[in-house]
Amino acid sequence: MLTILFDGVAYGMLLFVLSVGLCVTLGLMNFINLAHGAFAMAGGYLTVVMMNWYGISFYWCLPAAFIVSAVLGVFLERTLYSRLYDKTHLDQVLFSIGLIFVATAAVDYVMGASQQIINLPAHLNGRFEFLGASIGVYRLFVIVICGLLTVALQFVIGRTRFGSRLRASVDDGRVARGLGIDVTFIFALTFAFGSGLAGLGGALGASILSMDPTFPLKYMIYFLIVIAVGGTTTITGPFFASILLGVADVAGKYFVPSIGGFIIYSIMVLVLIFKPEGLFARSTKR
Amino acid sequence: MSVASATDMSAAAAGPASLRLMSAARWRWYEFLFWGIAVACGLSTLAPALGFTVPVIPTKLMLMSEILILGLLALSIDLTLGYAGLVTLGQGAFFGIGAYTAGLMAKYGAGVAPLSDPLLGLLGAGLAAGVVGFATSFLVLRGSDLTRLMVTLGVALIVEELVNKLKDITGGTDGLQGVMSSSVLGIWDFDLYGYTAFWYALGITFLCFWFCRRLVNSPFGYSLRAIKGNALRARAIGMPVNARLIQVYTLSAFIAGVAGGLLAQTTQFASPDMVAFHRSADSLLMVIFGGAGHLYGGLIGAAIFRVMQDFLSNITPQYWLFWVGIVLILLVLFVRNGVIGLMMAASQKYIAKVPPKSGALK
Amino acid sequence: MQRRTVVAGLAGSAFAATFAGGIQIAAAQEVVKIGLIATLTGPQAASGRQKVAGARLFMAQHGNKVAGKTIELIVKDDTGVADQTRRIAQELIVNDKVAFLAGFSLTPLALAVAPVITQAKVPAIIMTAGTSVITERSPYFVRVSFTLPQQTVPLAEWAAKNGVKTAVSLVSDYGPGIDTQDAFKQRLEERGGKVVEQIKAPLANPEFAPFLQRAKDLKPDALLLFVPAPTAGSLMRQVVDRDLAGAGIKVIGTGDITDDDQLNSMGDAVIGLITSHFYSAAHDSPLNKKFVAEFKQANPNMRPNFIGVSGYDGMYAMYEALKKTDGKTDGTALVEAMKGMKWESPRGMMSIDPATRDVIQDVYIRKVEKKDGELYNIEFDVVKDVKDPLHK
Repeated sequence: MLTILFDGVAYGMLLFVLSVGLCVTLGLMNFINLAHGAFAMAGGYLTVVMMNWYGISFYWCLPAAFIVSAVLGVFLERTLYSRLYDKTHLDQVLFSIGLIFVATAAVDYVMGASQQIINLPAHLNGRFEFLGASIGVYRLFVIVICGLLTVALQFVIGRTRFGSRLRASVDDGRVARGLGIDVTFIFALTFAFGSGLAGLGGALGASILSMDPTFPLKYMIYFLIVIAVGGTTTITGPFFASILLGVADVAGKYFVPSIGGFIIYSIMVLVLIFKPEGLFARSTKR
Repeated sequence: MSVASATDMSAAAAGPASLRLMSAARWRWYEFLFWGIAVACGLSTLAPALGFTVPVIPTKLMLMSEILILGLLALSIDLTLGYAGLVTLGQGAFFGIGAYTAGLMAKYGAGVAPLSDPLLGLLGAGLAAGVVGFATSFLVLRGSDLTRLMVTLGVALIVEELVNKLKDITGGTDGLQGVMSSSVLGIWDFDLYGYTAFWYALGITFLCFWFCRRLVNSPFGYSLRAIKGNALRARAIGMPVNARLIQVYTLSAFIAGVAGGLLAQTTQFASPDMVAFHRSADSLLMVIFGGAGHLYGGLIGAAIFRVMQDFLSNITPQYWLFWVGIVLILLVLFVRNGVIGLMMAASQKYIAKVPPKSGALK
Repeated sequence: MQRRTVVAGLAGSAFAATFAGGIQIAAAQEVVKIGLIATLTGPQAASGRQKVAGARLFMAQHGNKVAGKTIELIVKDDTGVADQTRRIAQELIVNDKVAFLAGFSLTPLALAVAPVITQAKVPAIIMTAGTSVITERSPYFVRVSFTLPQQTVPLAEWAAKNGVKTAVSLVSDYGPGIDTQDAFKQRLEERGGKVVEQIKAPLANPEFAPFLQRAKDLKPDALLLFVPAPTAGSLMRQVVDRDLAGAGIKVIGTGDITDDDQLNSMGDAVIGLITSHFYSAAHDSPLNKKFVAEFKQANPNMRPNFIGVSGYDGMYAMYEALKKTDGKTDGTALVEAMKGMKWESPRGMMSIDPATRDVIQDVYIRKVEKKDGELYNIEFDVVKDVKDPLHK
C-alpha cells in the first residue's frame, strides 16, 4: 500500500519536472509549445550518449542535460519561437508539431529507432524496506531532486526580483518595457529555464520511461493533462496535479488493472467539467 | 480568393446587407475549378481504357478516396473551429464511433438487406456520432481554448479505451474484421481498384460540403461568426449562444461520424487507429494547414498533407517526417492562415498589379 | 511538375536522383516486384528497420536475379496504422502489380489486408505479426516468423519441469499478448501448475511499475512477461528496478523481452533471464555466424533479432517459390510452391506447414549470458519442430 503511494508520488514528481517548463511557457508567456517534450528528449538522449558511449558519471549528466537543453532552448527561442509570440494559438500548435516531427526524425537518424536504456550507478539501484514500504532508491532520489526544484522554483518566481519582473512582463509587456524591464531578455531566459527543466526531467526519466524518438509525441498528452488539471497560473497547481495524477494512475493500475487506462483521463475530464480553469487556478483579472 | 473579398467590398459599398450576403453565398469560379479537379482526378483513371494516358495525375484512387474522407473529417472541424471558434482535439472520437457503427451495421446486417445498405450505414454512423456529440457538447461551453482542447481530447481518449476494452463488440486492439459492404444503391460493388470507393466518397463529401456551405451562408452561419467574434456581445443582442454552440458541435460530430463510416465501408474494417489521438491531431493539423474558416481549408489541407506524405515517404520511407516538419515550420513562419492564406496573399499581389480588371473576372 | 520543384527545394539533388530512379520502370515482363510494407516511423519503427535490413541482406547475398527475372523490392512505411497498411497494399497490387506482399509488424495490420489479398490472389508473407489466427483469415497468408503460442507452450513445459507451481502473467493487451497468456495458462495447468492472475497492460504504456508491483505482491513462483519487442527495454529496466528476483520470483518470457537488438543496453542485471524463442543471434551454426556478421557490417549499431531473420527468411521463401514456378507470378501457384517448403535458416531448420501455411520450427529455451563482452541469449534446450498449437 505504502509502496504504491511512494511509486505514485515518484511518478508524479517526474511528470511535474517534465511538464513544469510547459507550464511556464504556456501560463506565463501564453505560448502553446507542444514541442516541449523535444527538449526533454534532448536531455534524455544526451544522458544516454554521455553514459553509454563515453562512460561519464550519471551525476554529471544531470547538470549537463539541463544546460544543453537550456542552450538549445535559447537558440530556438531567439531564432524561431520569438517570431511567433504574436501569432495565433493555432499557428503555434502547427509550428510546434512541425518541430516535433523534425526532432523525431533527426533523433531517429542519429540514434536509431530502438529504445535507449541507461544503466544507473549501482548505488542508485536497489530497494530498502521502510515502515513496511518497499522503497526504490532511485525513485527516492527522483523525489528529493524534484522536491528541491519545486521549492527553488517557487522561491525564484514568487520572491526574487527576477520573478516579479517576469510576472510584470507577462501581465503587460508594454508597460513593463516602459518601466525599463528588458522583456525580450526575460522571456528568453524564462524559456531557456523551462527548456532546461524539461531536459533535466528527460535525464531523470531516461531510466524509468526510457527514450525513443517518439518520446515528445508520446508524453505530450501527459504534459497537457498535468497543465490542464493544475491550471496555468501557478507553479503549485501543476505540482499538486502531477502528484494527484501520478498516485491515481499508479494506484488505479495496481488495484484495478483492467480499467487502469481510464483513470487518468477520467480525472481530467471530471476536473475540467467542474473547474474549467484547472483545480488550482488563481482567478485572473485579465 | 481575394477576388471574393474585392467583390464583397464593392457589394457592401453598393447596396444593403442582404445583397452582400447573397453575393457571398454565390458559387465562384475557383470553387467550380476545385470540384472540377476532383472529378477530373477520378475520370483520369478511366483514360487508359480510352486509349491514352494522363501523365500528371497518377493512378492513386485509394489515396484520393482517403483524402476525401479525411477532408470531410477536417471539414467537420472547420465548422466548429473556423466558424464558431471552438477548438476541438477530439474529433477522432466521433470519426471512430461512426466507423464502428457503420462497420457493425455492415457486418451484422448482412442478412437483413436494408441494414447493410451503405447509405443507411452512413446515416447510422452520423446519428450515433451526433448523439455522442450532443451528449458531450455541454463540455465545450465553458473554459478557455486549452480547456476545450483537453476536454475533447479526454473524451476521445476515453472512447479509445472503451473500443479497446469492449472486445466482444469491437474486436479490441485487433480491430473489427469481416465487414462486408453491400453495393452502393444496390448497383455498384466496392472493387479492388477503388473506383466505387472514390466516386462514393466524392459524392458523399460533396453532399456534406454543399450542406455546410448553405449553412455557413445562412443566418445560422452568421450568428456562429458573431459568437466567434465576441460571444459576450452576441449574447447581449439576444443570440442564444449556448444553443448555437451545441447545435454546431452536434452537427460537426454528425459529419465526422459520416466520414468515419465512409472509411469503414471503403476499407472493410474498423480498428482502434480510427479513434486514436493521432487521428484527431492530424485532422486538426490539416485544417490549420489548409487555413481555417473557408470550408475549403480542410479539404485542401488534407489533399496537400497526404500527397506530400505519400510523395516524401516514397523517397525516404524512414525520415519523411523530417521534411513534413520543415514544411509546417516554414508555412507558419512565412504565411498567415495556412495554404488558403498563401493563395490569398498571392492573388492580392496579382490584383495589386492589375487592379481595375480583376473585379470582372468572375 | 509542382512535385519536382518541391523535391528540388526540399531535398536537393540526392533525393531527386532517387525519385528519378524510382519512376524508371524497367521492361515489365522481366521484373518481379515485392512490396515490403514495414513500420518505419512511430513507436514500432525499430521492428521495421530490422525487417528491411534482413530482406536487403538476403538480396545482397543472393543477387536480384531469380529464374530469369529481376527482383525489385519496394519498401513502404505503413506508420503502424491499419487503414494505411490496407491502402498501401491495395496500391502495390493495383498500381505496381507486385507478385508478393510482405512485412506486417502488428496483428491488426495483417488482418486489415486479408480481404484485399484474397480478392486479388496475391500471396502475403508475414514477417512479424504473431497472433495465431492471422493465417486462417486468408488462404494467401504464409508466415515465416512465429506465433506466440508456439513459443509459449515449450516455455510452460520448461517451467512446469523446473518447479514452477504458481505463476502470474503480464502481457500487452492485444492479440499476441492474449494468445501468450492463454497458451501459457492452459499448458501450465495441464502440467499441474496454476496461473494465479493474468494482468494485461495497455499496449502503449509508459509506466509498468504498478503492474509489476501487483505481480510481486501476489508472490508467484514465476512471472511470465510479453510485450512487443520495441517496448521491451523500458519493461526490463523496471523489472530490474523492482527486484523481482530478490523476492524469489523467476522472471520468464518469450524472446521478445530479451530482443537481441536491445539486449546489450539492458545491462548485466538481466543475466540469467530465461526465455523461449525461435531465434538467437548466438545460435551456433555457420550460416548464422555469416548472417550475423554480414548483418552487422551492413547496419552499424544494429544486431539482427528475430524480426531481422524473419525478413531474411521471407525473402528466401519468395525466391524459392519463384524458382519452383519458373518465374511465373500466379499467386495461387506461388502459395502452393511455398507449402511444405523446408530449408535451413540462420535460426535452424524451418518449414512451412502445408495444411496451415504457418511456420514449423525449433523453439529454444535460452538464458541471458555474457559472451565476448556482449550479452546474448544462449540456447540450452530445444523442442524440435513445434507447430502452432492453436491451429485446428
